[in-house]
Amino acid sequence: MSAEAATVYVPRDSGALSLGADAVAEAIAAEARARGREVRIVRNGSRGMYWLEPMVEVASPAGRLAYGPIATADVASLFAADFLSGGPHLLKLGSPEEIPYLKSQTRLTFARVGITDPVSLDDYVAHGGYRGLRRALAMAGDQIVEEMAASGLRGRGGAGFPAGIKWRTTLQTAADQKYIVCNADEGDSGTFADRMIMEGDPFVLIEGMTIAAIAVGATRGYIYLRSEYPHALISLNAALDAARRAGYLGNDILGSDKAFDIEVRLGAGAYICGEETAMLESLEGKRGMVRFKPPLPAIAGLFGKPTVVNNVVTLASVPIIFDRGAVFYNALGMGRSRGTLTIQLAGNVKRRGLIEVPFGVTLGEIVNGYGGGTATGRPIRAVQVGGPLGAYFPISLFDTPLDYEAFAAHKGLVGHGGIVVFDDTVDMARMARWAFEFCAIESCGKCTPCRIGSTRGVEILDRIIANGRDRKAEFALLGDLCETLTHGSLCALGGLTPLPVLSAIRHFPGDFRLESGDLSGTN
Amino acid sequence: MVIAPTLDGGAGQGGPLSQRAFAVSKMVSDLHDKWDAETVEAIARRLSDRPGPLMLILREVNERFGYVPRESVPIIARALNLSRAEVHGVVTFYHDFRHEPPGRHTVRICRAESCQAMGAVALADHAARRLGIGFGETTADGNFTLEPVYCLGNCAASPAMMLDGNPHGRVTAQRFDRLIESLRENAR
Repeated sequence: MSAEAATVYVPRDSGALSLGADAVAEAIAAEARARGREVRIVRNGSRGMYWLEPMVEVASPAGRLAYGPIATADVASLFAADFLSGGPHLLKLGSPEEIPYLKSQTRLTFARVGITDPVSLDDYVAHGGYRGLRRALAMAGDQIVEEMAASGLRGRGGAGFPAGIKWRTTLQTAADQKYIVCNADEGDSGTFADRMIMEGDPFVLIEGMTIAAIAVGATRGYIYLRSEYPHALISLNAALDAARRAGYLGNDILGSDKAFDIEVRLGAGAYICGEETAMLESLEGKRGMVRFKPPLPAIAGLFGKPTVVNNVVTLASVPIIFDRGAVFYNALGMGRSRGTLTIQLAGNVKRRGLIEVPFGVTLGEIVNGYGGGTATGRPIRAVQVGGPLGAYFPISLFDTPLDYEAFAAHKGLVGHGGIVVFDDTVDMARMARWAFEFCAIESCGKCTPCRIGSTRGVEILDRIIANGRDRKAEFALLGDLCETLTHGSLCALGGLTPLPVLSAIRHFPGDFRLESGDLSGTN
Repeated sequence: MVIAPTLDGGAGQGGPLSQRAFAVSKMVSDLHDKWDAETVEAIARRLSDRPGPLMLILREVNERFGYVPRESVPIIARALNLSRAEVHGVVTFYHDFRHEPPGRHTVRICRAESCQAMGAVALADHAARRLGIGFGETTADGNFTLEPVYCLGNCAASPAMMLDGNPHGRVTAQRFDRLIESLRENAR
């Protein structure tokens, strides 16, 4: 005699899988079978509190209750404690929404991630999905574009370019074929927001791309997905199939007579293909070499046709804007950075995860408040913000608000919102050398400053680290090299590699054994 | 009854996600076919009408054989009416496309910043010592290929690695050894 089936949530997010979520799901199924209990296991996305993963949730009349982090060895005791009815257990966390880390967030783009079954269209619609598309379908293309512009949404991939302006350019360019390309080549270390969306709520990306397509008159879409994300591919393809079957994609979207469909294309392990023009080359089946701009992709992009290229988080933020309205979205944030930023806190920090909050929160509030200090328990020394091309910040700049302009003022960037924390064992001269090394590994080779300058940079830093004799000349040379890269590179890879290098020198001169006078060549 | 965890969104395939994930981009060379020209020709012919087909073809060849054999380049070039140099140029541009067959198991260790902050440099050294090979090399018994990767997007569980396409987070030297041992035992 068994009670009514209990619903248990075990994430399918690849971060949770990397910590054993599959084995936990199987152990729960096996234990339930042995005890004759009926259990329905839903594989949800992750709530983004990775120090608690695998975090298991059960549905209760009072809402969901979480337990974590769960190992397979804990499963028998969970059943013994009757966790299916919310029983007490050492690992019981209570309502996940009441955990301060999550409670203090403003989840808009991530509204459903961790809550729904990512590949269930019914679940998506039941949690507010596709309301934005229905509203957009009743609007003309230029009205949609104006709504986007009014929302103030800027590209979340790193460059922060206003999405509405991009869309307007493509709308106003006449062509027999237009494209929507989603940049899902999330290569920056310390970033995983795109992955979490694609694994945890793929429909929101599909809906955002569909709204973009209707706005500009595009009929074909591509998601350029990095090959390091095989689990995202599974979720995306399952969601695309479901959307097609239900008429949310295809030749007659929801009876509107408008056509749009999406195909996922896999990259092949090249960081540079996250640069939009290199990505278009790769989609065309070529080497991922950066193109000269102009022409802008919005005018002549994929196969020479007008193309909207936006990042995953940008496109996944579109549905909420059309559901709640541009005014609602624009009311959040600070300065010219509107809405929410999806921050990814990583590296050497206690509570790593996804934090979606309005722009304006300070670096210190994120790293100390949410992060709770380093995982190793040692003092924080540096944080790198915005991926491998972002600047290193010392603790003295922790009052900097997360805002595109505030970070630019400190010669840094918000980028894709990744923050990587380092403790006091870090050698910043080594990190500066690594920035050049990474640039050399990933350079597409089209422009000389990046192709050759990156290797010369490694060599200069090797000499500085080896404490060679003419240090003043080495730093002058390094300053020259960085200036050449900044101003002479075709794209952000070469152009921004000096940011981590120069910030490391500026804020951590001791690691370079700098003496007064050494620095006269660098700025 | 127990409703087993399904991960395919109703597509009816079932099976643990970690196993099926690698139908996607399989790197277990037990699953790799031995190279033959007809298969390459068939792949090239089937995909040649798709927009921008070269990457699609190379990906499939790489997944099928574990690498892109030199001999497949002229076949693909002919099918797409490209020069061999153009195809070779694309093959050599992308890190994923291997030039030699990989070992039976592929170990990919993240060497990017977030993992570096959590001890990835020491882990990479340990892995190389333990397997007795450098990055980009395959063990003499053909069991393991060690590859670097620059971010798996698992930075919240750094240091991270992938073993035959399965993600592993918070990897210590001990955990690495256990994972490698379990595969060695399976191989026996």
